[in-house]
This record gives sequence, C-alpha cells and structure tokens, in this order.
Amino acid sequence: MKVSGRVFKYGDNIDTDVIIPARYLTSADPDHLKEHCMEDIDISFKDRVKPGDIMVAGKNFGCGSSREHAPVAIKASGISLVIAEDFARIFYRNSINVGLPILECPEAAQKINEGDEIEADFDTGVIKDITTGESFNAKAFPEFIKNIMANGGLVGYTRSGM
Amino acid sequence: MPMTMTQKILADHAGLDSVAPGDLIEAKLDYVLGNDVTTPPAIKVFEQLGVKDVFDKDRVLMIQDHFTPNKDIKSAELNKTMRCFAREHEITHYYELGRKEMGIEHVILPDNGIVLPGDLVIGADSHTCTYGALGSFSTGVGSTDLACAMARGVTWFKVPEAIRINLKGTFKKFVTGKDLILSIIGKIGVDGALYKSLEFDGEGIKALSMDQRLTVCNMAIECGAKNGIFPVDNYTLKYISRTNPERFIKSDYKIYTADEDASYSRVIDIDLNDIDLTVALPHLPSNTKKASECTDMKIDQVVIGSCTNGRLEDIGAAATILQGIKVHKDVRCIVIPGSQKVFRQALDNGWLQILDDAGCVISTPTCGPCLGGHMGVLAKGERCVSTTNRNFVGRMGDPESEVILSGVPVAAASAVLGRVGTPDEL
Repeated sequence: MKVSGRVFKYGDNIDTDVIIPARYLTSADPDHLKEHCMEDIDISFKDRVKPGDIMVAGKNFGCGSSREHAPVAIKASGISLVIAEDFARIFYRNSINVGLPILECPEAAQKINEGDEIEADFDTGVIKDITTGESFNAKAFPEFIKNIMANGGLVGYTRSGM
Repeated sequence: MPMTMTQKILADHAGLDSVAPGDLIEAKLDYVLGNDVTTPPAIKVFEQLGVKDVFDKDRVLMIQDHFTPNKDIKSAELNKTMRCFAREHEITHYYELGRKEMGIEHVILPDNGIVLPGDLVIGADSHTCTYGALGSFSTGVGSTDLACAMARGVTWFKVPEAIRINLKGTFKKFVTGKDLILSIIGKIGVDGALYKSLEFDGEGIKALSMDQRLTVCNMAIECGAKNGIFPVDNYTLKYISRTNPERFIKSDYKIYTADEDASYSRVIDIDLNDIDLTVALPHLPSNTKKASECTDMKIDQVVIGSCTNGRLEDIGAAATILQGIKVHKDVRCIVIPGSQKVFRQALDNGWLQILDDAGCVISTPTCGPCLGGHMGVLAKGERCVSTTNRNFVGRMGDPESEVILSGVPVAAASAVLGRVGTPDEL
C-alpha cells in the first residue's frame, strides 16, 4: 500500500492531550473529534489539512493518555500516515488497532520539512521526499501487524480469526 | 534464560517457560479495566465483534471516574452506555457513585483487594501501570484492545527490556515517592523508558510505604515505561492482608522474584537521601526543578488528589501541614479524596474538618480537574500546583494555563504561601 501527501511537521513529545484535548472526549464520534484535532498547538490544522496529507514529528509521538480518540482524530482529519522518530507505546498499539498507518524513521523525521510532498510504501518501508529528492528506509512492520492493518484494524483482524 | 519480574509474569501468563525481550506473546489476563471515557467506544467495538458475553463478568471491571458525577449531558450519555452494558452483562465490579467500593479506578483496584501480587492486568487508561506496586504486571491500552480483551480474556504483548532502579537510603523530611518518581522522569526524560519496564529494587524500597509505591508506579508511564514494578515484601503482604484477607490467608496470589542474573538495559542507582522536594514545571513531567528554587512562581489554584496522590496517606499529609493555618487568600485549594473509603477514613480521622477549617474545597472522588474535565478547570493565564500526573499544554484547562506537578507537602505549603513553596517555610 502506498500513500502520498503534503507534510504537517511537529516537534518532540506530541502528547495525546494536544492531539485531542480531554474536554472533547465526551463524544468518540470521529467527525466530532476531527474538528478539534491538534487545536491547542495548531489552531489552523483542521482547516488546512487535506485528505492524504502526512504528519511528521519527532520523538515519543502520542505520549500521555491512552485515549484511542487521538489516533481516531488524526485518521478522521484525513491524515494518511504519521512518521515519527518513535512513538509512545500505547499510541503505537492504538494506531495499529484503529488502522492509522504509522512508520518509525528517525532520519526521515529529522530531514523532512513542513510542506514537503512525500510518498511512502508500507510494504517496503521506503519513504520518498519528492520536494527534496531524498529517500529514507523505515522499518517495515512484521507480518502479523501488516495483517491487522490489511484488515482495517484489530476488529477486522479479530473477526477474521473467529 | 534469566528473567526480570515482568518477564516472569508475562511468561507464566503465556504458558511459556521463559521469554526474552522482543518476543511477541499472547497472554491470559486476570483483569481487564475500562472507565467512563474509554469503555463506551470499547462497547461499540465489542458489539462489532459479534460476541455475546464478556469472557468473565468478575474480571471485566468498569469504573466511572473521569467525568463523574457527570459534568454535562454528553458525559451522562457516555456513562449511561457503560452502566447499561454493565447491568446487562452483570459486571461484578461496576459501582454507583457514593458506594463504599467506589472511587478513582487506580485507587480502588488495589485498595479493594481486587488486584494481588502476580496478577496480569490491562486497562484502557494509561495509569493502569499503578498496580506494579503490588508486584503485579499492569499496563495501559486503548479502547479497541479493551474490547477484544473483554471478549477473549487474552491479549498480545511485546516482552519489554527492563531498566532497574536500585534504591538505597531513606528520604529527608517531607520528601515522598512523588519526588522520587518526578526526579527519575527528570533524569531519564519523558521517553527515557519507552517500551521498557521500570523495575524497582534495593534496600531503599523500605523507605516507601505502599501508598508511595502506588504513586511511583502510577507515573511510570510518564517516562514512557510499559509498567513499573516493585518486589513483594512484608509491606506488600501486610497491605494485602488488609485489602483481601480471604485470599491472603489462602495464599491465593503469586510472588515473582527477578533472577539474580536477569539482564537490564540500564541500571540507575539512587540514594534517597539525595532526593529533594521536586516540582515539574510546565509543560512536561520531565521539566523538573527543586521546589525551593521556584519560590517566585505565584499560583491561583492547588489540587490535591487524583490516581497519583489521592490516597489516605496523601490526605493525611495535607491535613498535617494545613492544621491550624489558612489557605492563601488568592488561592483555591481543591482536595479530592481518591475513593469513598479514603473520604470516609479522612472524615473519621478529623482530617476533612482540618482541611475545611483551612479553607479548602473538598470534592467527591473524581479524576475531574486532572484532565481538565471539571471541578477545577483553569482559565487563560492561571497557574496551578497539582499532585496529579501531567502538566501538558491545556491539560487542566485553557491552553495558556499552567500546571506545576508536585507531591502533597509542596502542594499544601504552596496553597498557604500563594506561590510555589515548601513546608519548612511555614
């Protein structure tokens, strides 16, 4: 599976409270959550993001609260992939479970710039920055996680095995 | 192969003789926990799975604590979803507000004798890692993991590497486990233990009461750890003899000990005498400083409570410091006992009277202000000293408000001083 889009770039330790503040957790509806995604650090995100766009960030992306509303909000906003140096572990699990594609790649996370056009291939882990011409290799997922993603998340995967 | 405590608990629950860091295993779960924010989405997923019943109605726990007593219509609807499911599926550990079993999830699960040493617990709340204080393995997950675990009673884990925290010595006056864990997070950073287990050991663990160990493990997640864990000792056994005498007498629990030659990716030696009263300044728990170096920071609010510091010892420490003195005229001091049991014991001990006389607000048990839910949300430009666990941007209210994390003694002293301060200034 391949995706491509324009980059929204953020820093280290982007926590789930800024991805979706707790004051909006009174509903888990993706259409409600996307309206408030990232608003405490990037108020214009929801108006600028377009389907397919890609989020790139630094270390420990998704740290803090276990709220699954965070990857759901990012996915609902149209983001097709999050690339980070690394992810906090609960966010990592939640992203796989809800079918939000993520890739860990420190080099790409450091070198890709805000606004670059990039494309990524989940099967190979290759990330291409079309704007700068640079190419990066992310760790591809192990087979069973690829299967979860191929089933659209853990629900589809669990149902397929039941 | 030699193993850590965490690795042994995981291996046993996966039916394996041994595991190594990086192994992917499927393990049986003793308890599966959700709250009023994370359970409703899990129920939706549960229904999509097409399963009729939960795997064990005694082992699926549903605790309403985040936005309770419900703060608005939407949160009431969320809670209703969970309540209806709990009644339909006859969930044993679902309680209504005000009952003696009730309170903040991570305060009541150990204190009601539900979790015991050796248990494996997952919860759709990141602070589920609290129960490692009892020598159990517990970690946070999201709602989809919760739903699948509710259905099957198993989940997959990646076996973590371990960091050993070797403690020696004793604390100086007023210094507690909260200062210890803030210091550790300050030292290794908010991602310093990412994907790893944080294993506490050494003769210094004797300086930490069970309430303090629960505080320490509670914040293991704030340095990215999968779990925090303490060995089982006489303190643990005495604690569970009180919380669950029946199972204690029958020795119906399991003590795991780390192998002497278990391997750790990092060993950190800490002399508890070196730990100072510590605060974490905005906007990361790792942004730590000595409290005594921040005395120029004026404050508007103090919160004493939460799954981190809402236990009996915490309320007692606040009462001891605030006895006979008044909260600063410009400060709201909100005290939130973590459970009905804590509330009642603090009442019987005369502590709530002391706190009321000092001018504190005393709230029903709730997570409330910790996550900016209700019962103490901050306005733009306001600053709060809080015994909670996170000080991220917007955590307690407006994105331009500030939260300073501390233990109870600093929070109580700051409430009186109207600025960050320490009890020896009073």
